[in-house]
Amino acid sequence: MGIKLQQVSYAYSMGTPFEKYALFDVDLTIPHGTYQAIIGHTGSGKSTILQHFNGLLKPSKGQVHIGDRVIAAGKKAKELKPVRQKVGIVFQFPEHQLFEETVLKDIMFGPMNFGVSEQEAEQRARELIHLVGLPEDTLNKSPFDLSGGQMRRVAIAGVLAMDPEVIVLDEPTAGLDPRGQKEIMDMFHALHKERGLTTILVTHSMEDAARYADKIAIMHEGRCVLNGTPLEVFADAETLEKYRLELPHIVRFQRKIEKLMNKSLSKICLTEEELAAEVAQALREGRDAQ
Amino acid sequence: MMEKMIFGRYIPGDSFVHRLDPRSKLVFVFAFILVVFLANNIVTYAFLLAFTLLVILMSRIRLYFLINGLKPVMILLVFTFLIHILFTREGDIVFELGFFKVYEEGLRQGIFISIRFLVLVFMTSILTLTTSPISITDGIEVLLNPLKKVKMPVHELALMMSIALRFIPTLMDETDKIMKAQMARGSDLSAGPIKERVKAVVPLLVPLFVSAFKRAEDLATAMEVRGYRGGEGRTRYRQLKWDWRDTISLVALVVMTALLVFYRN
Repeated sequence: MGIKLQQVSYAYSMGTPFEKYALFDVDLTIPHGTYQAIIGHTGSGKSTILQHFNGLLKPSKGQVHIGDRVIAAGKKAKELKPVRQKVGIVFQFPEHQLFEETVLKDIMFGPMNFGVSEQEAEQRARELIHLVGLPEDTLNKSPFDLSGGQMRRVAIAGVLAMDPEVIVLDEPTAGLDPRGQKEIMDMFHALHKERGLTTILVTHSMEDAARYADKIAIMHEGRCVLNGTPLEVFADAETLEKYRLELPHIVRFQRKIEKLMNKSLSKICLTEEELAAEVAQALREGRDAQ
Repeated sequence: MMEKMIFGRYIPGDSFVHRLDPRSKLVFVFAFILVVFLANNIVTYAFLLAFTLLVILMSRIRLYFLINGLKPVMILLVFTFLIHILFTREGDIVFELGFFKVYEEGLRQGIFISIRFLVLVFMTSILTLTTSPISITDGIEVLLNPLKKVKMPVHELALMMSIALRFIPTLMDETDKIMKAQMARGSDLSAGPIKERVKAVVPLLVPLFVSAFKRAEDLATAMEVRGYRGGEGRTRYRQLKWDWRDTISLVALVVMTALLVFYRN
């Protein structure tokens, strides 16, 4: 399921003395099956834009196409439940949304709201608890007895249990230890591949955007100023600088190596593995030339 | 919806009312609440209404904004008005429609009670709209100071109040966030039968309480770490200052009270 924003503007507190625009004429098309990253500085409108993806916010101007549903400014949007079932949002610090007595019940909460039977929901919970890397006996514990990282995983399972076609992630790894971060990001990437999901990752982390995304959109002061593949986006360090963003560590490292070797590599590398291979290749060529 | 609420909200400004000392404003409002009950006829209620309008004018807060923000309260007002009209059976019949009769006394009472209510709500709203929560608590602490003699924990009470006020916006934000997260999981607070809606409050309240308790604990730790030991020997950064404005406003209230006493039946 694809998502398309057309000329979307959004103002908070419309019609009061506190009215404030957070988005201006945003155009963004996310085709079905894309892994789309949205990056931007704090206050660039990232969190506002993501609430448009399932109708939590209605545009003040413009239209949002979610699959074949259209949510347009000025029109009443009724029955958003089907949209919300298909677009799962993992909010920042999703562990704050846990409330049930047991982990099992909490994971079942989402699917049962959408009319999934109790058995089916329980079945999903049992599968998902493994997927998010927790032992099955967690299901019978109270979510409030878990550690922060475990709670995060339970909350993520709770969103996945809705069986969404689009997953929107808002800084899903903020505050986790590096290993937990990688595990969770890898899990989402695997899911994206296996189930043919459309994934939207809202993040500060250039590294995650570089490593996982097919396309990267850059938000700056409420506008979507750039949307392209990681290679396109990271080829131009100056433009990034303008939007107060940095190149990923790995690309910066590549630039340093290039300076040392006094020659540029054939492409921009987005992962450590790629860069290692490229450097080895370049060294080999250098030796052959002698 | 919550964006439009003006309860407990502070709108910065520098009108006459804004610049009053919180102590005089508090004394004024509490005295006014008592004075309101002196009114018992058309003249006295007109005085009250005019006086309140004057205060609103001097606070430079737009009447439209005030009325708009107090809409939820207005429902209560209309309700009390209707109750009075429907259940008071004294005096002549003013209006009749089938078995539905409005009596003169009922109408009178309804209007008077509504004015009383309106005036009280406006005046207290003006207090919170023009005084920052911090100065309100400062004012209360100073005003209650004499009670320290009878071992009332005045400083602690004021601190509790300022913390409570300080966390209202935070908790509002939190509520909004959790509500959205649960809505994204298919919980629906705004539709369906009452029973369903009441059930939908649980996923909202539990996380809210959990985070409120966590916040309280964090705050207590943070205060302890910074050496907080209660009010003993604590000096103030903001000094309260009583000036001519405060005296004038209290004199105005005394005059008002005198007028009410004089003109009431």
